[in-house]
Amino acid sequence: MAAAMALVRGVRFGSYSIGRSRSLIFNSLQRRGIAACVDPSIGLTDEQKEFQKVAFDFAANEMAPHMAEWDQKEIFPVEAMRKAAQLGFGGIYVNPDVGGSGLSRLDTSIIFEALSTGCVSTTAYISIHNMCAWMIDTFGNNEQREKFCPDLCSMQKFASYCLTEPGSGSDAASLLTSAKLQGDHYILNGSKAFISGGGDTDVYVVMCRTGEKGPKGISCVVVEKGTAGLSFGKKEKKVGWNSQPTRAVIFEDCAVPVTNRLGAEGEGFSIAMKGLNGGRINIASCSLGAAHASVLLARDHMCVRKQFGETLSNSQFLQFKLAEMATKLVASRLLVRQAAVALQEGRPDAVSLCSMAKLFVTDECFAICNQALQIHGGYGYLKDYAVQQYVRDIRVHQILEGTNEVMRMIIARSLLTES
Amino acid sequence: MSARVLVGVKRVIDYAVKIRVKPDRTGVVTDGVKHSMNPFCEIAVEEAVKLKEKKLVKEVVAVSCGPQQVQETIRTALAMGADRGIHVEVSGKDYETLGPLQVSKILAALAKKEQADLIILGKQAIDDDCNQTGQMTAALLDWPQGTFASEVNIEADKLKVVREIDGGLETIKINLPAVVTADLRLNTPRYATLPNIMKAKKKKIANVKPADLGVDVSSRLEVLKVDEPPQRQAGVKVETVHDLVGKLKEAGRI
Repeated sequence: MAAAMALVRGVRFGSYSIGRSRSLIFNSLQRRGIAACVDPSIGLTDEQKEFQKVAFDFAANEMAPHMAEWDQKEIFPVEAMRKAAQLGFGGIYVNPDVGGSGLSRLDTSIIFEALSTGCVSTTAYISIHNMCAWMIDTFGNNEQREKFCPDLCSMQKFASYCLTEPGSGSDAASLLTSAKLQGDHYILNGSKAFISGGGDTDVYVVMCRTGEKGPKGISCVVVEKGTAGLSFGKKEKKVGWNSQPTRAVIFEDCAVPVTNRLGAEGEGFSIAMKGLNGGRINIASCSLGAAHASVLLARDHMCVRKQFGETLSNSQFLQFKLAEMATKLVASRLLVRQAAVALQEGRPDAVSLCSMAKLFVTDECFAICNQALQIHGGYGYLKDYAVQQYVRDIRVHQILEGTNEVMRMIIARSLLTES
Repeated sequence: MSARVLVGVKRVIDYAVKIRVKPDRTGVVTDGVKHSMNPFCEIAVEEAVKLKEKKLVKEVVAVSCGPQQVQETIRTALAMGADRGIHVEVSGKDYETLGPLQVSKILAALAKKEQADLIILGKQAIDDDCNQTGQMTAALLDWPQGTFASEVNIEADKLKVVREIDGGLETIKINLPAVVTADLRLNTPRYATLPNIMKAKKKKIANVKPADLGVDVSSRLEVLKVDEPPQRQAGVKVETVHDLVGKLKEAGRI
């Protein structure tokens, strides 16, 4: 068993135990002698390659060595995320004037894809945090931007996105959390479910009902932790995404200043959906990173594991399986990057393309990771091996930020509605 | 202090790549293989940038010799905090045979041209493991050298260098200008930050040819062949200490 583990992890450069904690074990994920066909740096500009390199290095050194521990002990890695924020990963597509890095959606996708190879769950939380910071940056007025964004970009404070409720998931516009205007405050009543980071984060971007039924009655307010009437449910026990706590967020006569409302009353749903377009690209990018790592792990395993007198890499069935996985990976990557460019340019197909990317990529990448687990045989089922964590962590990507069923609704509507 | 530091950075095959020897045994496969900055050069850049942050030096200049691709390596140095770069164009056969003697001549010429006060290099490159460039550069310039540095401090106009040697640690004080070569424990190189990567785009990289510096890059060495190391043989298990001593004597080891 130990021998098999050593084989799978590969032999590294003997004499150079470089100062940074480049763990022997996890460097097999960062094998840079990587086949050109799945190389994620193909087609990128020199600058994008630099961004990607920093993200890959950070993932290999600061995240991958802890990925299993964060999952098993359910640790919210605040220090590691703050280190990431120091490099500019706290507000990647937020304006530099409030502390963001001002990069494009494509740059963001490339970065999250690379970070995800180090820990999907943590990267996914960082992407949600980024989405919230962007929403405040884009739809907030100057006071709000200056009050919240710098701390979010540095991750001095962490953010959560609160849309889903126990009674409204896919049917998000039917949300019930009410916000009644009383003087210069909204009084919030209701609860949100499955909130990533809930209870441990500081800034809550909350979609609540200020007006009539349906999407047009929804507004977006920013609620700070410590506000009276804001409380949290128990920490949920999940199959994956364990490095981020998930809790219900409960509002009981919670008074929020009107000055914390982003945009005008009734604009909340639109703000939420615009945030999600980018969020969908980010989540798909996280799935890509997991699939990329899994393809490499499967390939490496096939080269060392022997059965029937030869390595698995000699089995035509497995060669074909690996080829299919690689093809799906590259197709997924191209779709996500196209969607990112479309969103950046504000193209008319952007929303549909983001939905298509989220739908296709989360499904395909889960299949890739699952197949990689199968290729590992019994070892794939053990928590000593990273592949099972990739499978568990990205399974939820097919559900949140809009289920893949809702993605189909969006795409079908765009096909069937006259433009 | 108005010191200028020259840092040499070498583009090498990435440390994580599995090296393969070319079928004609004239070298290793480099086409399509991932390259990056030599890890010891990263440490050298980090030290130079640290000195600049402590306001002990004014300007950090990153230098690399090679074909167009080495500009990537210079950009990485710029993203870590170097102020400008110099690309010494060497390509084709000249690049294949470029070695420490030629590079040290280039660095010596540049040090004079740029009026550098300090040269920081990695102690050796991970592709050829020569461990010669720093020493040769110091000799050509007739400057003192602090090699295998694990700590560097500027005190007045002298350099205090703690060197890692076989017997332990040696501390020397040398005059500036000097050459320092970085060893593993000198520092932990920083990650480039996203804003610094973007700023690096605007920093200048000057192009220069060896001939402009009066350097002849032809090599005095000829590589005859390159082979993989012999396959590791299986060991033998022995039952007692007696057997072990017997086997060692048989193998002529004791």
